[in-house]
Amino acid sequence: MSESAEPHTGDPIGEHVTEHAGEHRDYVGAKLGMWIFVFTELILFGGLFVAYGMYRSMHPHEFHHASGELNVTLGVINTLILLTSSLTMVLSIVAIRLQRKGQSIAFLAATMVLGCAFLVNKFFEWSAKIHHGLYPGSEHLMARPPGERLFFGLYYGMTGLHGLHVTVGVVVMSIMMALLVRDKIRHDDFIKLENTGLYWHLVDIIWIFLLPLFYLAA
Amino acid sequence: MSTAPAADAAVSPASEPSFYGGSSRAGIASWLLTTDHKRIGILYLVAMVTFFMVGVTIGALMRIEHLTMGPTIMKATTYNAMFTVHGVIMIFLFVIPGLPAVFGNFLLPIMIGAKDVAFPRLNLLSWYLYMSGAAIAVGALFTGGGPPDTGWTFYVPYSVKTGTNVTMAVFGAFVLGFASILTGLNFITTIHRMRAKGMSWMRMPLFPWSLYATAWVQVLATPILGITLLLVILERVFHLGIFDPAIGGDPILYQHLFWTYSHPAVYIMILPAMGAISEIIPTFAHRTIFGYKAIVFSSMAIAGLGSLVWAHHMFTSGMSEFAIVVFSLLTFLVSIPSAIKVFNWVATLYKGSVELRPPMLFALAFIFLFSIGGLTGLFQGALAVNVHVHDTYFIVGHFHYVMFGGTGFAFFAALHYWYPKMFGRMYNERTAIVAFVHLFVGFNMLYFTFLVLGLEGMPRRYYDHLPQFHSGHIHATIGSWILVAGLLIMFANLLRGLFRKAEVPANPWGGVTLEWTVPSPPPVENFDVLPVITEPPYTFNHPAKEPAA
Repeated sequence: MSESAEPHTGDPIGEHVTEHAGEHRDYVGAKLGMWIFVFTELILFGGLFVAYGMYRSMHPHEFHHASGELNVTLGVINTLILLTSSLTMVLSIVAIRLQRKGQSIAFLAATMVLGCAFLVNKFFEWSAKIHHGLYPGSEHLMARPPGERLFFGLYYGMTGLHGLHVTVGVVVMSIMMALLVRDKIRHDDFIKLENTGLYWHLVDIIWIFLLPLFYLAA
Repeated sequence: MSTAPAADAAVSPASEPSFYGGSSRAGIASWLLTTDHKRIGILYLVAMVTFFMVGVTIGALMRIEHLTMGPTIMKATTYNAMFTVHGVIMIFLFVIPGLPAVFGNFLLPIMIGAKDVAFPRLNLLSWYLYMSGAAIAVGALFTGGGPPDTGWTFYVPYSVKTGTNVTMAVFGAFVLGFASILTGLNFITTIHRMRAKGMSWMRMPLFPWSLYATAWVQVLATPILGITLLLVILERVFHLGIFDPAIGGDPILYQHLFWTYSHPAVYIMILPAMGAISEIIPTFAHRTIFGYKAIVFSSMAIAGLGSLVWAHHMFTSGMSEFAIVVFSLLTFLVSIPSAIKVFNWVATLYKGSVELRPPMLFALAFIFLFSIGGLTGLFQGALAVNVHVHDTYFIVGHFHYVMFGGTGFAFFAALHYWYPKMFGRMYNERTAIVAFVHLFVGFNMLYFTFLVLGLEGMPRRYYDHLPQFHSGHIHATIGSWILVAGLLIMFANLLRGLFRKAEVPANPWGGVTLEWTVPSPPPVENFDVLPVITEPPYTFNHPAKEPAA
């Protein structure tokens, strides 16, 4: 966007555009597209953050109280898992750039395992809550004040949508894995893997906000 | 616009075959698996005109319902379903994707001198998402608890409580939003990365500029609709409580989130229409556009300001006095860039040699109808008037003046303007003018009556009316018949044109943007050699560029 208003006389087709056997390849363009997609995801979650902000300002004490019932240990463990997975994701991209295919595959596999570990953790956390009767619409929850009902409604809605994004991320990574193995992602053509990394960091960053808003609010 | 000699040479008839023939696949697969932006544009066109005619049929049936007092041809509940489905089809399947998906896809790469969009496969995926969303939305009419009856706005708490098939319809709209985002993302990247050599931002034609502004609104606003609709589904299925006052939530939050998207969405609908008009007016005035930069910046200003006015839909919903005044002020501000465009179009006509051929007639009608739509919009931005006309036919009239008189007529103008380019054939111009007159007369008979009925107090969404509104309703219904007749004549004429023998030259109107330098219809890769741009767009004073007599 830096070039927007003024007429630029330079060549808009940057140095990163290449033609391979009639196939148009634009590294910067592909990344630009992915960044725009990442923004749309942030805005998607933004709607939920607005709802959270509004209801928390209406019911500060009830949010505070309900937050105390979440398992901070599990939340922190999941944070560490996701942060580590972002590291392994980056390492996988670095490895393929250095033409170390085996390493790249190994790091990508590690990222997938960590993503799954996050989901397993989440599963146990959710099932414990549901077991205690804490789920939207439950009798136990409806007996509580409105602020706490909303807190748990938002908790399930936001961590649920985040969990869905983690799941999609793992699926996308398995596709990248297949492309890596079949040499469709190479040291000179790794934009798909890099864009997957961008997406994964987005998932990571959203969690970084969810952790304090839900687990540490008490 | 001056181009490389190679682009001019492409006009010669001996060049490569058109994109209709040059596919490696045959038959239906050559369409369903295509990544050619031109074929995808045609696919959208076919789907959209079909949905549009379904929407028109439902609208016409609603008008017949008002021909007599009491039940005429349907029950009250059917009427509720009718106006909901009419709104969902027209808004989500026709007006929002409308011009970008059809003409944006077909023309954007050609107008900026590129061979395709940045992500051709993503482009095809967008079409499939569009068709899936449409199938889900239409499927919602025949399954579950029957067609939704909430109105196209899906307001809570009713949309959470009703037994009709809202969940599926809302999911359809969610998928359609995804298609819209991907198209926007694709266009932004295309415009940033794929402009021809020498086409600086200020040498880009105005239709691509309007698509650029639209694409940003699509990308930034649509996710809000996504999350809002997702929450309605979660609310219906899991009783999350965010919008449900019984659990502690607030229905007004839904309205805020919904309009945070849906007001910018009306600019998604109108901006590309304005872009198309900005192309047509100079061509038929044979004169460069007046105030090119003002039109560019007003497009961006509309995209920006239009994102800040959503709560003017909610003046009667319950908000602080202060917020209401701020939103009213912002609403008045957004009319400024729109008015700038209108003045620029009119100024372009001044001392031009205006040719009243069908696309130009539709474009002039656009300016007239959009002005009425815009001015009646200002009435509603005024707080006192808003309370009086809220939820009346005045709103319905205003909305149709902007969306149908504006975007709809611009769509028809664009269709008549680029038809020879898209199909390599020409429709009968005389019949097109007959259709235009029907459309213009029918439209005003129908919707101007709505404005009057609304000021007299006729509420919207009622299937019946009081005796004092009866003559007005009859007048409007007769207008709707003339309007439908005009549509039938127009589409029949366009269809018949496809089967005519005579081929059209590359530049039948004397246009100067890049799409007129390639053959009609364009070859698969658009350009043999990518053009090099050396001048601003709309440079009409080249003797060589004047249309052949």
